[in-house]
Amino acid sequence: MASGEASGLYTRSPREPEPRTPRQDKYSVLLPTYNERENLPLIVWLLVKSFSESGFNYEIIIIDDGSPDGTRDVAEQLEKIYGSDKILLRPREQKLGLGTAYIHGVKHATGNYVIIMDADLSHHPKFIPEFIRKQKEGNFDIVSGTRYKGNGGVYGWDLKRKIISRGANFITQILLRPGASDLTGSFRLYRKEVLQKLIEKCVSKGYVFQMEMIVRARQLNYTVGEVPISFVDRVYGESKLGGNEIVSFLKGLLTLFATT
Amino acid sequence: MTKLAQWLWGLALLGSTWAALTTGALGLELPLSCREVLWSLPAYLLVSAGCYALGTVGYRVATFHDCEDAARELRSQIQEARADLARRGMRF
Repeated sequence: MASGEASGLYTRSPREPEPRTPRQDKYSVLLPTYNERENLPLIVWLLVKSFSESGFNYEIIIIDDGSPDGTRDVAEQLEKIYGSDKILLRPREQKLGLGTAYIHGVKHATGNYVIIMDADLSHHPKFIPEFIRKQKEGNFDIVSGTRYKGNGGVYGWDLKRKIISRGANFITQILLRPGASDLTGSFRLYRKEVLQKLIEKCVSKGYVFQMEMIVRARQLNYTVGEVPISFVDRVYGESKLGGNEIVSFLKGLLTLFATT
Repeated sequence: MTKLAQWLWGLALLGSTWAALTTGALGLELPLSCREVLWSLPAYLLVSAGCYALGTVGYRVATFHDCEDAARELRSQIQEARADLARRGMRF
């Protein structure tokens, strides 16, 4: 786009150390996996399809935490099929958690933007070009997929799950006033240096980790844009949300409330 | 200032104003009707807040978008993907 290129050449956003024209932008997708032997080929196929059709430059970094079900074998086959410049295998020996998986992945990312998403097909890669467009539109530091606004939504949730989800989100909005409608979502696009900075600062785990990322981002005056997404939970079968997860979510929420 | 601190400050401010006005501590003699309204204001606000919360969450649950098309599309793409990958040499 002419106006996009012009602003890259003549004006520099205070946060970007080196101006890149749109043609030089590269998007690194981080896929932490654990026992995703079934889903990994499918999510990679969808990613490749989405990026090829939209023409953006990309790489997919698969961070497998020593899955016992043979995920690694499947990842190696994908590397052969699509090439090791597009599929980067950066596994770890054991299950070490999401935060460290992101740190590990970002170290190996050669793109200037990083996309994080779930590898279980609940996040659809077709939204990635929309994230990219939104990011360019508003020069955002972060673009977050939201299930709660616009025509965002969910498949596979019963009434109880929906009530819990909306209730939790309501309490979160009241307490944290975060400026983003979906705080526990994990389908996001970050500028690479923004992601690095935020991971350093975040201390929580699980759902709360995703919330903390956005809260800290706002503290550091990063801008957050939103794109409605559809979240397909367990395209086969039913999703379950345990009491434990709810309790740890509330604990995490109250901690963020009291410390940020 | 943390969010908790903001809430505590806000509540302290409103609370002390309310207390000062209802007990006449500032020597301010308001007409009795005003005082009566003021006295029950916190309880009234609490109940209203509760109703607002229930109403909002209820509305949002009712209008929560169910992505049937997305699920359908995904299922058909899964089949397409498996076929294409098998052609390219993938052993599932």
